[in-house]
Amino acid sequence: MPKLHWEDFQKGAVAVYGPRLVTREEIVAFAAEFDPQPMHLDEAAASATMLGGLAASGWHVCCLIMRVIADGFIVNSSSMGGPGIDEVRWLKPLRPGTRIRVRATVLDTRPSASRPQMGLVKFLFEVIDDADSTLTTLSTTLMFGRRPAEAPA
Amino acid sequence: MKYFEDVRVGDTFPVGSHTFTAADIKGFAARFDPQLFHLDEEAGARSHFGALCASGWHTAVAWMRLMVDYRRRLAEAARSRGEPVAGIGPALGFRELKWLNPVYVDDTVNYASEVIETRLSNSRPGFGLMSFRTTGINQNGDAVISFISTTFVERRPDI
Repeated sequence: MPKLHWEDFQKGAVAVYGPRLVTREEIVAFAAEFDPQPMHLDEAAASATMLGGLAASGWHVCCLIMRVIADGFIVNSSSMGGPGIDEVRWLKPLRPGTRIRVRATVLDTRPSASRPQMGLVKFLFEVIDDADSTLTTLSTTLMFGRRPAEAPA
Repeated sequence: MKYFEDVRVGDTFPVGSHTFTAADIKGFAARFDPQLFHLDEEAGARSHFGALCASGWHTAVAWMRLMVDYRRRLAEAARSRGEPVAGIGPALGFRELKWLNPVYVDDTVNYASEVIETRLSNSRPGFGLMSFRTTGINQNGDAVISFISTTFVERRPDI
């Protein structure tokens, strides 16, 4: 598969990456390391919280989006990282045993004003489950290298 | 954590600091953000970052761990004084996250979170919503991350 450059992203394009099965073990392991709150660690403690049962850390969901899109297209691209995240909304809990996909919509693309070798792509990433419910949304702008003139497409 | 009514806009929490070792940076990247400039010194040196650097997500989750530990210390201190401890979380999300500078090997990032907005929750009468601006600053005084997160905080039961 040819390496993706900024020119390959078109406004309005939609792609779906995954699926990725999220296990109880990885939810608890992530929480133990990075977000050790009871609602992410233990069923009994979690059922007493607003989440109503064990659910993944929201930061874990973000990291899963990153991994799914990395495997989906970022690693095979001229990615230069991103300057930040516009917004993340944790809409619904991510429960153990959920199979997630990440829907990527290109909202906009523009060349970089300051760096001619770079372009910017604004994405909406949505984590969706098998019932097509949206669990989390993440909007961000990512930076990609532009295709060198002499490189094959 | 104090109850919603006991926290004021401008209150700032010294959350703590984390040092990002090379093993730490590569281990996180291998699991969640396997881009070469987060995995390999030589690839990092060839990239626009100029050296191996941490995934931005790693810089963010390091704050979360420190914040949970910080709240736990506050809660233990309150309990030892015989005071009640307010429930906190879950969070609704975050916005305006900016990765302002790369985090390189052995950088130490010091995080602080300031209360910037409080409002009552319409959907959860026993809770308020609190927004924090978190900033992470490295050992050279350069900001590396900032973001605004919003979370539920329990209201005082006697109000």
